[in-house]
Amino acid sequence: MSHSPDAPARPWQFTGPIRKVAGVILSLLATFIGLLLVTFIIARVVPIDPVLTILGDRATEAQIVAERARLGLDEPMWKQFAIYVWQAAQGDFGLSIRSREPVISEIARYFPATLELATIATIFGVALGVPAGVLAATKPGSLSDQLVRLIGLMGYSMPVFWLGLMGLLLFYGVLDWVGGPGRLDAAYDMMLEFELTQYTGMILVDTALNGRWDMFANALSHIILPAGLLGYLSMAYISRMTRSFMMNELGQEYITTARVKGMPERRVIWVHAMRNVMVPLITVIALSFAYLLEGAVLTETIFSWPGIGSYITQALLTNDMPAVLGGTVVVGMVYIGLNMLSDVLYKLVDPRARA
Amino acid sequence: MSAQASNSLTRWLRDPNPASRRQARLGQAWMGWLRMRRNPLAMIGLSITVLLLLVAAFAPWLAPHDPITQSLPNRLMPPLSPGHLMGTDDFGRDILSRIIYGSRITLTIIVLFTLTAPVFGLLVGTVAGYFGGWTDEILMRITDIFLAFPKLILALALVSVLGPGFQNAVLAIAITSWSPYARVARAETLTVRNSDYIASIRLQGASSLRIILGHVIPMCLPSVIIRATLDMAGVILIAAGLGFLGLGVQPPMPEWGQMISAGRKYLFEQWWVATMPGLAIFVVSLGFNLLGDGLRDVLDPRSAGK
Amino acid sequence: MTLLSVKNLRVSFDTEAGLVEAVRGVSFSLGRERLGIVGESGSGKTMTGRSVLRLIRPPGRIEAEEMRFDGIDLMRASEKEMRALRGTRIAMVMQDPKYSLNPVMRVGAQLMEGLRQRDGMGKAEARAKAIAALAAVQIRDPERVMEAYPHELSGGMGQRVMIAMMLIPDPDLLIADEPTSALDVTVQAEVLSILDGLVRDRGMGLIFISHDLRLVARFCDRVLVMFKGRVVEELAAKDLMQAKHPYTQGLLNCLPRIGGPREPLPGLDRTAEWAN
Repeated sequence: MSHSPDAPARPWQFTGPIRKVAGVILSLLATFIGLLLVTFIIARVVPIDPVLTILGDRATEAQIVAERARLGLDEPMWKQFAIYVWQAAQGDFGLSIRSREPVISEIARYFPATLELATIATIFGVALGVPAGVLAATKPGSLSDQLVRLIGLMGYSMPVFWLGLMGLLLFYGVLDWVGGPGRLDAAYDMMLEFELTQYTGMILVDTALNGRWDMFANALSHIILPAGLLGYLSMAYISRMTRSFMMNELGQEYITTARVKGMPERRVIWVHAMRNVMVPLITVIALSFAYLLEGAVLTETIFSWPGIGSYITQALLTNDMPAVLGGTVVVGMVYIGLNMLSDVLYKLVDPRARA
Repeated sequence: MSAQASNSLTRWLRDPNPASRRQARLGQAWMGWLRMRRNPLAMIGLSITVLLLLVAAFAPWLAPHDPITQSLPNRLMPPLSPGHLMGTDDFGRDILSRIIYGSRITLTIIVLFTLTAPVFGLLVGTVAGYFGGWTDEILMRITDIFLAFPKLILALALVSVLGPGFQNAVLAIAITSWSPYARVARAETLTVRNSDYIASIRLQGASSLRIILGHVIPMCLPSVIIRATLDMAGVILIAAGLGFLGLGVQPPMPEWGQMISAGRKYLFEQWWVATMPGLAIFVVSLGFNLLGDGLRDVLDPRSAGK
Repeated sequence: MTLLSVKNLRVSFDTEAGLVEAVRGVSFSLGRERLGIVGESGSGKTMTGRSVLRLIRPPGRIEAEEMRFDGIDLMRASEKEMRALRGTRIAMVMQDPKYSLNPVMRVGAQLMEGLRQRDGMGKAEARAKAIAALAAVQIRDPERVMEAYPHELSGGMGQRVMIAMMLIPDPDLLIADEPTSALDVTVQAEVLSILDGLVRDRGMGLIFISHDLRLVARFCDRVLVMFKGRVVEELAAKDLMQAKHPYTQGLLNCLPRIGGPREPLPGLDRTAEWAN
């Protein structure tokens, strides 16, 4: 949008970068409130009465009324929602019904384990998926292309919880190459709280920072399987997207230009085409990270991994609605955050988007 | 059909100068079929899908045993036991029979999904795209919010509220997956909204409802159908995930995800109980993925023929 | 002296609809002169140009009885030998700089790439050469253009950058594939005169591919007229207006003339015997 330079400046209209930032913040805010609206509606249609859950069904009428007032349930709906938004904005999702602890502090404790798992899985996924996708794109229709395609589609088609069980069965049960469920062997797990300063909540980082390399090795043997399996799913996605982006770029004229200049194929692919592939690929990597958070729900259940996925499923099975909704909102926010991050990175890689 | 007749039919289909629109369409479809036939993976996918349909249709004749009747003396028999090709589960039920009957549940979920999410998304998208302005703004904001949610987690939250069960699981999946269809349909609608033929229909006095139903939606259908085919594998996986967590189809119905969950206890000793239904899920959703992938190659001219 | 000789060149694509032959037996030879190739879109002129560089991607296939460049058998040359030729002795300018320049690399990096990667030249020296090349295509502000991304340049500027890039190694043969069709009419003449001047000064061979008969006639010494993958007529540019072949005449008749009759322009007759 170009404005003529001598048009009078309108004070209520932001221009340039301020306007852009304001736009981003506004859309972020709108999505956040929308997210809360959905969970709010879900919470209101719950057939479980939160008052009865707290007081039990022997409560007197007066107690119920008092409790309703305390929880703000006697206010009109819009006001209840406004309070909900206001509290959520401060990170207050209420108390978990099971533990009576604030949901947010529980989530803060569970989240690092998921983050660690998803990060390692993404590293696997990118390290294997990008070269595989490039290989497939450079020889379309070849045996290696079909193979990459099949491996990718297989990843798309496996129920992640079943893959986890099969992984446990084979690598832990039969071959005994890796540690079983949990983040550490039981013996180490008991030491965890007393002998380890938890700086980050991520087990590999914390054991390394404490210099407990024995524990580090043990943790590694436990994380390798779930991270590897999630990494496979991530690889399936990344390799397929890389292939399709790369195919698209290799059909462009600038690739012919590079070849006319006598550049070797290796450079044509990895420098000329890859720099362009990176632009959409960044979004894909961010999205795959977000999908991993989702895949983690079921994987963590299988591997008894104390992350956000386990937290949400356990809350679900015990009807702990504040915990379920709080967890849902937090994961949703991470989702949105990753999307925005990819937008920013996109601009760093693509000069056309910077203008 | 004699060889000569089939030959002239092929020639008619391949005629570069078709005489009628029908011939052109059939010719295109024929080319697509040829392209797909050259892709062995897509053909495998098609076979798997057809197989699923047949198995579901003829389940009572194919299954050697009743899927629900328990037989405790026969519990946890390994695969290849006499009469139990895939072994039996912890209640002595024949796993193969349960998988065969389970295909009906999977198919029902897919059909119900197809009748809900894409239809709803199509309506939202076309209405938003056709009317534009505030309608568009509001509907698309809502769509964006649903896009921002991780599908499985939202489905979990919904099912936990609605209560576990078959219908609620399908409903939760539909609620979480209509939004991409709305996006696709809106994009298609925007391209046809201002075209002359829509304007001429409007000048003839057609109502908005009529224009949307009769002229806009048909234009959006192809892209929505491709997407739905590709989505089916994902739907199978989410349904199985809900079943696995005990939030989907309830026992004793032979739902595959819930069967895996039941076999989890015996994973290391009686591996087949969890393995077999997982294989079924894997094969069926691989089939849909291979088919959808092949279809996209055929229908999307940009990725085709390279 | 012959720089390039091509005998019975065929380019075919194996598709679902059967074998598609884009070029069906084209022969020509070229000295240090300017050869125009004209034809409608789909006549095989672009494929002919790219075959010389052996830049037809699978499933496309090149066959020829002979394709020789300065004594080198192009059909037998290894991929490595072809790369060496492409980099230094044969260059090509494509239609639209919007697509032919890499959108995420700075112009300077693209200009210097050949010198740095292939010739192993130092950064400062390569930069000086690149700036000189930009100046040679009459870019006034080469320092700034070096730092620019392609999308920041106008079409005419982009095409000049492209020409500069291709002429840096001083090639013996330049293939210009519709180098001005994507540009504004006002810029076309300018870019053409720059190209013309450089080709003349350096005495290189030129294959000029275009659909514009008059442009080719003005700009080249000799013209090949292509139709459906075949050469239907070859003649000196100055004789173009006296062309014998019905297709060439047909093409000439399609051109509007100032002061000519105001009837609809005639279409091309593609039903004749030569059209198969």
